[in-house]
Amino acid sequence: MATPAPKNPVVVIGGGIAGITAAVEAAECGANVILLEKRAHLGGRVARMHKYFPKLCAPYCGLELNFRRIRENPAIAVHTRAEVAEIKGQYGDFTVKVRLQPQMVNANCTACGKCAEVCPVERQDHYNYGMGTTKAIYMPHPMAFPQRYNISQKACIGKECGKCVQVCEYGAINLDARETVLELKAHSIVVATGWDPYNGAKLQGLSFGVSPNVISNVMMERLASPEGPAKGKLVRPSDGKEVRDVVFAQCAGSRDENHLPYCSSVCCLASLKQAAYVREAAPDAKIFIYYIDIRTPGKYERFYRKIAAEPNVTLIKGKIAKAEHDPETGGVIITAEDVLAGKKITRKTDLLVIATGMQPAAQNGVGGLKADENGFFTNAALARGIYAAGTARLPQDVSSSIMDATAAALKAVYGGRP
Amino acid sequence: MTQVNAPRVYICTGCDIGASVDVDKLCKIPAEFGVPQAKRHPFLCGEEGLQYLRKEVAEGAGRILIAACSGRVYADRFDFGKDVMVERTALREALWVSTPNDPDTQLLAEDYLKMGIVKLQKSEKPEPYIHQLDDTILVVGGGITGMTAALAATDAGKRVRLVEKEAVLGGFVRKLKRRFPIDGTGNPVETNIVAMAEEVKNHPAVALHLSSEVVSISGQPGEFDVRIKTPEGEIAVRAGAIVQATGFRPYDISKLGHLGGGTVDNVITSARFEEIAASGRIRRPSDSKEPSSVAFIQCAGSRDEKHLPYCSSFCCMTSLKQARYIREQNPDAKVYIFYRDMRTPGKYELFYKQMQDDDGVFMTKGDVVSVAGVDGGVEIVVNNTLLGGTIRVKADMAVLAVGMESAAKNGGALHLAYRQGPELPELNYGFPDSHFVCFPYETRRTGIYAAGAVRHPMDAAQSETDAAGAALKAIQCITLAAAGKSAHPRSGDTSYPDIAFERCTQCKRCTEECPYGMYDEDAKGTPQPNPLRCRRCGTCMGACPQRIISFKNYSVDMFSAMIKAIGVPGEEENRPRVLILACENDSMPAFEMAAKLRLKLSPHIRVIGLRCLGSMNMVWLNDAFAKGLDGVLLFGCKFGDEYQCHNMKGSELASERLSKLEETLGRMSLEPERVRFVPIAIDDAYALPGIIGDFMKVIERVGPNPFKEFAD
Repeated sequence: MATPAPKNPVVVIGGGIAGITAAVEAAECGANVILLEKRAHLGGRVARMHKYFPKLCAPYCGLELNFRRIRENPAIAVHTRAEVAEIKGQYGDFTVKVRLQPQMVNANCTACGKCAEVCPVERQDHYNYGMGTTKAIYMPHPMAFPQRYNISQKACIGKECGKCVQVCEYGAINLDARETVLELKAHSIVVATGWDPYNGAKLQGLSFGVSPNVISNVMMERLASPEGPAKGKLVRPSDGKEVRDVVFAQCAGSRDENHLPYCSSVCCLASLKQAAYVREAAPDAKIFIYYIDIRTPGKYERFYRKIAAEPNVTLIKGKIAKAEHDPETGGVIITAEDVLAGKKITRKTDLLVIATGMQPAAQNGVGGLKADENGFFTNAALARGIYAAGTARLPQDVSSSIMDATAAALKAVYGGRP
Repeated sequence: MTQVNAPRVYICTGCDIGASVDVDKLCKIPAEFGVPQAKRHPFLCGEEGLQYLRKEVAEGAGRILIAACSGRVYADRFDFGKDVMVERTALREALWVSTPNDPDTQLLAEDYLKMGIVKLQKSEKPEPYIHQLDDTILVVGGGITGMTAALAATDAGKRVRLVEKEAVLGGFVRKLKRRFPIDGTGNPVETNIVAMAEEVKNHPAVALHLSSEVVSISGQPGEFDVRIKTPEGEIAVRAGAIVQATGFRPYDISKLGHLGGGTVDNVITSARFEEIAASGRIRRPSDSKEPSSVAFIQCAGSRDEKHLPYCSSFCCMTSLKQARYIREQNPDAKVYIFYRDMRTPGKYELFYKQMQDDDGVFMTKGDVVSVAGVDGGVEIVVNNTLLGGTIRVKADMAVLAVGMESAAKNGGALHLAYRQGPELPELNYGFPDSHFVCFPYETRRTGIYAAGAVRHPMDAAQSETDAAGAALKAIQCITLAAAGKSAHPRSGDTSYPDIAFERCTQCKRCTEECPYGMYDEDAKGTPQPNPLRCRRCGTCMGACPQRIISFKNYSVDMFSAMIKAIGVPGEEENRPRVLILACENDSMPAFEMAAKLRLKLSPHIRVIGLRCLGSMNMVWLNDAFAKGLDGVLLFGCKFGDEYQCHNMKGSELASERLSKLEETLGRMSLEPERVRFVPIAIDDAYALPGIIGDFMKVIERVGPNPFKEFAD
């Protein structure tokens, strides 16, 4: 009666929400699954979000349930710091070559945190998009999974220091660890390599990277988070001053043939959500959202209406042409057009949030798999047995990515059509 | 005296546990419960510690209490096979939020150890409910979603029974001339729906019932009994799981009178326009003239509080596609598109760009005020356009891009013979969706999954994805059920509720409150459980005033005993005791996060994690106050419209139960302030010290529970 589970495991590339979903859904159908994540912890982009739209709930709620499903299911093996080097073979019998970065912190780690206390090296905190620092041995987030510290190889000064090794009571640190290579057999492969925020510095005239008070939408997520660099207080990065005026620039790079020709699908909702963060943290602050079209499909429309009706929230159809550092106030001066009013606007603001779009993280391919001209994987172009899911396939929101990953799990376990 | 198969207790002294409490004293606690003295180890989760535990297991330890870190940490390492029951006491996290080597901290650690021992003593191994199950997938609806789900299930080796009310397969997509391009480039593409319908029809694993409807569905996953009305008569069949793919209805044009809907001949819906285009040359209805100008009115009925408040998601792309049809038929024809926002997410933007580059297509944002019949054609009045002010545009005909209404809106698809109603519960706007965002298939009727436009406004491409996702969940549900395991959110749980029927008073609370409609009722109101529908949240156990519902490893008695195990110092000691019953999905991780952040919490709290706050039985509050505890906090998920409870309404039900609390407290002459429900999200760690601190002040104000001196 029961369809037999495939002999070889399903290999899932990418440990963000799409990859995690594909892995647990496949495993709960009886398949063995190997989940590969290039960073030291699972959760991908969503782990760095403060809240989800439209419920304004914490992403860790859903992640936590999924981590439990992973922890309690012996059919799922997780490799972190694992990068796919090569994919060979065919459906039912792929070989996936994986480079495992040195595992300098091993499974003995109890996450007690003594190592970080003694580590003398500070590094830029990439988890917080460069805002703030961590030690060279760090946990990006108190709830990170696996619960294990990670060492930044770039920052660590190595054995000549060795303070962490000395203080660790559990023999969890080995600074001599070397890269290893795994050759995995795979029945099928799910490509869930996710997205990177588009580099705001490429958007000429918006002063991203020039004025500290021009930040990207993903940085705004970290600013709003209590675990973030500002402990959740919404302040200007330049001087820690409370924000009184915030401007959002939609389609920062998206829908632009010089940058990303497609729509990134989530940025309108992300900015509306971030407007809600501002409303909560600084109820008197004025909020302006400059947009081309507000794209809140389906039931998200309700969220749009709710936020648009909030006091101090103004939506303006028009694009921000220029943003400059304001030497007088330390803020940002924006120049924009108001298309409906037919006029040019100049405004001084404390914080400009540019709603940078999604760029596929594996736009140059993964393990020899080729992406399309926009960097996405399309199932029709992939070999049988290889399925793309989530934002590796299309710009889409979390809920859609999860649907997509569930569909990919079905195909990966049972060998469906693309 | 040592009990047979008594718990063995192992205390880890690592992670500062040993440095924060008197472990020797802790080791003697088990003796109070007839359990051998606890053993200590410096590093239980390390290889040496695990080897030590494995040796203990080999020597007969069948019930193990690990007093170390939380059960969220290294569950896999402390798994010693299915015959060994393991309970974890989160000593480490409790100590991280407390002052080391303080007498109150010692009492706290002792209480957690006691509760852990009692919990393990009161726990039995669940015996999975294993039945021979049917694994046929019943698909209701034969449009693109239903057919995709059917073929996905057959690809997975399953048999499928597909019920379609029309005489042909294909649904809405069958009426299309073409589909818009999924990757946004090139022209609209063939639907291939006829070939797909042929494949379904001829598939050896598909039993197809056309011109048929589901009459009733009873039973449970793996054992659904389905009656279907077919042209040949009514049949009774079995199914294992169900995909509801009954699609949508285009919004009724006659409700859009101000846009000429139903009154002006040359005003038609986009659905009608598509049919006309699919049947040959595009001609307008009034005089069969091929139009040289066509106006599209977007959001006709959508994004409108008076009609459909939501966005229907597919109308912008549909109008752009139909604009292309017109431009292909007549390169001189003009197309006007009046929109509020053009919504072409993702790669659809590329198709929008193509159409923007077409000189014959004029698009403007604006609010369409009216569409009227003028000179045989139509005149459209639009306010607030980008061209400035009001404009009037004449065209040969107008197409209203009407939105979608869920076919589930008026019911009639599944006819479930369930106590809680005949259809999937709706989330909002008539769409039978479930936990939105993280778990799109977290259905409230186990084994039944809605997919496609019936569930959420979505286009054909997304419906195909959704169909495959729902097919997976349907197959997975049967796979799990066949192994006696629960589906999400407690996937893998093999426990299920036992009911002591002889003491049932037919109060119906369990049958009303189960979030998954697990219980049916007989004529007298006695609950009729369907264990394979159960998701093990324990809401029925919490609801039952007779306390006759329990799980082998999760029972009313277990928690009563744990509460009674809490040490209550005498009034003169000025050490209040507050019990916190907390949801283990969100509130417990919030506590752990507080521990990781080394936030300090009152040492007077005792926290017990529950599967869901919905499983909270009111008798525990009685137990707590009778024991002399001073207050009770209930931590559950936020409820209401934007609920976060993974069992939909567990925390809501628990807080409703509190309304009956005053009676209990009144009987005991206790102040109502002694009990408080607080919604807690997983990221509320930073708020915990304040929430708990505030409550401790309330307890200080109302004073000690006078029952302290009577408690044993």
